[in-house]
Amino acid sequence: MAERTKIRSALAFLAALHAAVALAGFLAPYGFADQRRDYPYAPPARLRFLDASGRFHLRPFVYGLAPDGAGGYREDTAGAYPVRFLFHQRLFGVDEPGTIFLCGSDGYGRDVFSRVLYGGQTSLVTGLAAAFVSLSLGLALGIAAGFYGGWLDRLIMRGGELAMALPWLYLLLAVRAFLPLHIGAPEAFALLVAIIGGSGWVRPARLIRGVALSARERGYVEAARGFGASDAYLIRRHLLPMTLGVALTQATVLIPRYVLAEIALSFLGLGIGEPAPSWGNMLAEARQYHALVSHPWMLAPAVAAFPILLAYLILADALMERQREGG
Amino acid sequence: MKYAARRALHSLLLWIALSALFFVFADLAPGDYFSELRLDARVSSGTVAAMRAQSGAGRPLAVRYARWAAAAVRGDFGHSLAYDSPVAPLLWPRVRATLLLTGTATLLAWLLAVPLGVWAATQRGTWRDGVLNAVLSLLLSVPDLLLAIVFLVFAVRSGLFPAGGMTSAASSSMNPAEQARDIARHLVLPVAVLVLGMLPVLARHVRASMLEVIDAPFALAARAQGIGRRRLLFRHLLPAAMNPLISLFGVSLGTLLSASLLVEVVMGWPGLGPLFLEAIMARDFPLAVAMFSAAFLMAGNLAADLLLCYFDPRIRTG
Repeated sequence: MAERTKIRSALAFLAALHAAVALAGFLAPYGFADQRRDYPYAPPARLRFLDASGRFHLRPFVYGLAPDGAGGYREDTAGAYPVRFLFHQRLFGVDEPGTIFLCGSDGYGRDVFSRVLYGGQTSLVTGLAAAFVSLSLGLALGIAAGFYGGWLDRLIMRGGELAMALPWLYLLLAVRAFLPLHIGAPEAFALLVAIIGGSGWVRPARLIRGVALSARERGYVEAARGFGASDAYLIRRHLLPMTLGVALTQATVLIPRYVLAEIALSFLGLGIGEPAPSWGNMLAEARQYHALVSHPWMLAPAVAAFPILLAYLILADALMERQREGG
Repeated sequence: MKYAARRALHSLLLWIALSALFFVFADLAPGDYFSELRLDARVSSGTVAAMRAQSGAGRPLAVRYARWAAAAVRGDFGHSLAYDSPVAPLLWPRVRATLLLTGTATLLAWLLAVPLGVWAATQRGTWRDGVLNAVLSLLLSVPDLLLAIVFLVFAVRSGLFPAGGMTSAASSSMNPAEQARDIARHLVLPVAVLVLGMLPVLARHVRASMLEVIDAPFALAARAQGIGRRRLLFRHLLPAAMNPLISLFGVSLGTLLSASLLVEVVMGWPGLGPLFLEAIMARDFPLAVAMFSAAFLMAGNLAADLLLCYFDPRIRTG
């Protein structure tokens, strides 16, 4: 039963995080490309309830920012900007010229918090879509190999060995190297999904092949075949449902791995390009570590990935545990 | 012995097939080094055409592959157009650096993971096992990239460790002992990142495969004979739990090399990773680098197969 609670809470947590990212257009106070060139690398805003004279305000407010002369900022208590809710069709915001950078701003004065939310759309959708591609390929090839056996099985499994002969990141980069380097954001996104999803089919295919192999020998499958059921019917009604458990567990393993793959590729400059944000290309800015040392909030996208990875890990562990108990 | 020879031959054939496949794909790929070069306004189109002709890019695919393969067998992996030098001397120092980094990390990670996993298995169901499992899960969820960047920031801020690179600027004027110390100091942080990334995976696997054997009848019999706890765990149970771990050793090399690529790029370690990236961006010689990383991984898998054969008589005779 402990597994069931774990699965449920991890699922609820993931649903909430995905919803937050999906609703970025509403939750984020700024657009992902909105620039405040006068505030590069502004530190995270401090929400305040007490004003300079010590009076309490129910509505939080932020102070304006003024350069401190040393390349940083100090709070300018002369200008206070109350946080306005449901403001310009967004959940919250402050009046111009005030700024509310909850996680600071980047080198162009863009709000890091908003960009993390928008970037999550790219990164998480890449993970989900690529896992879908991998699993579809894995199901099709795994079932074909396990069900038909013979030369088809050998061909598919040998092909799998070829794909596994390279370390995965080298494989991704190698495949990426064969494709045009300079492309627009929508093409880059589709390409990313295809590359990441297409190069990860081997492991799920092997597992699913194993299930299909044992399913083929089951009594009721033999019986159905004896009654003249077609291959298509057997695969649809008997093999697919049996492989579903394995496929679902694989999904919880693959999605976080693919989110990381997107981050790695975009970080290396081979994924989604600016100005569209993704967690990877936001971190790429953090490659200049002299900037990072004084602006640690630029790491926000990597920190945002952490709870998602953890929730998927707990989910995968619990699912595997349940599978083991179920026999 | 026959098994070992068969595995070695299998790896070799796989490597050849992979290189042929890559060659074909690289040929189909749009753009090459010269098309990237044409974007450079300082180079005239006539020069580019002449360079293209000189490199033999116009010949049929099969001829070029045969020539590449024949040269590769002699240890000549082609000519880098960007560096205008043979690829092999560019590659070897990189290979050495990556081997040093990943080798040290693998050794340390296994040395830590085995006792940790064995201990966790003996504590199954207690709060200690729970705490360890929670810590390992947390560690597993931290992206390697984040770890690498945070460690780098730590190095810069604290000044305790050098911030990236493999050697200090003054390295060439040091004596060999000092040079080794210098490299060791540079190794600490990248190795730490790789070990922390790999440790949770390994320790969890060690724990799981120990749990498979810890309740086996032979374990009970050994305990009944009064065999000491440590001897029981490490001499009787661990060898029995070894097979999946040896396979894991082969597989984990792939993960390690991938993590190492990121760490090398972030920490400026002059290994294969940055070279591969550079080669891709310039469309220069990614093929050669990719084949090297494949060779690494295959060597690792082959080593795992051979170890398996050595440890498990069932595989030797079967």
